[in-house]
Amino acid sequence: MKYENYIKAEFPSKSVNEAQARSLVGAFVAQLDPTMEELGDLKTAVSEAVTNAIVHGYPDSIGKISLRCRILEDGSLEIVVRDWGKGIPDVEKAREPLYTTGGEERSGMGFTIMESFMDKLTVRSKPGAGTTVVMHRTLPRRGRGR
Amino acid sequence: MKIRAESKEGVLRLRLMGELDHHAANAAMREIDGILDRLLPRDCALDLSGLNFMDSSGIAVILRLHKRMKLTGGRLAVIDPAPQPLRVLDASGIERLVPIAMTIKEGQR
Repeated sequence: MKYENYIKAEFPSKSVNEAQARSLVGAFVAQLDPTMEELGDLKTAVSEAVTNAIVHGYPDSIGKISLRCRILEDGSLEIVVRDWGKGIPDVEKAREPLYTTGGEERSGMGFTIMESFMDKLTVRSKPGAGTTVVMHRTLPRRGRGR
Repeated sequence: MKIRAESKEGVLRLRLMGELDHHAANAAMREIDGILDRLLPRDCALDLSGLNFMDSSGIAVILRLHKRMKLTGGRLAVIDPAPQPLRVLDASGIERLVPIAMTIKEGQR
């Protein structure tokens, strides 16, 4: 689908970049005039996807993460978080609530929260090749095109 | 992310401020463990009114605190979560384990 606007960023899988990724998406979606709740939802979903890439994509190393955020021509928002790390052997299992391989520091609720805050969530993963998370959310057109 | 601890008559009030994500969660867990070891509270109230952002990493922090309080027969409640943390708490279904209370503050009565 064609886009109206996009932003692309690339950063190493350091946890300090979780906040950067949220801020970047927050600044980009400001042009859609989101409510505080919508903004919070989008930042939370991005935080979950980037944290997954850091914790599960690159558990023992620092690798590359890319973040792309697009406003599509139908006005919906698409967020893509990609890593080239370990990959997820069983995506269906990983998406189950409370399932985690991350130990006590993780709750296993990341995908559940992404699913409940976004309209659509697609996860593509290949062990050894990496993981791509694609999320969509349609925001009501508010004050745009005026 | 900052943590303020205040203990009164066996009840520990932990106030979290700032952003609780995966980056902040490890340090927060360690700090909370230290506070519990030092103060040995009977019950604990986790005040999230000053938390600007929380993701599922915050759920892990709450689950861990819940487990620690349960070990000593204590109770844990989440108090006054700010709107964004409340959305995450609701989506996680954690209220089945840890009650969430909204109190009425002075001036709102």
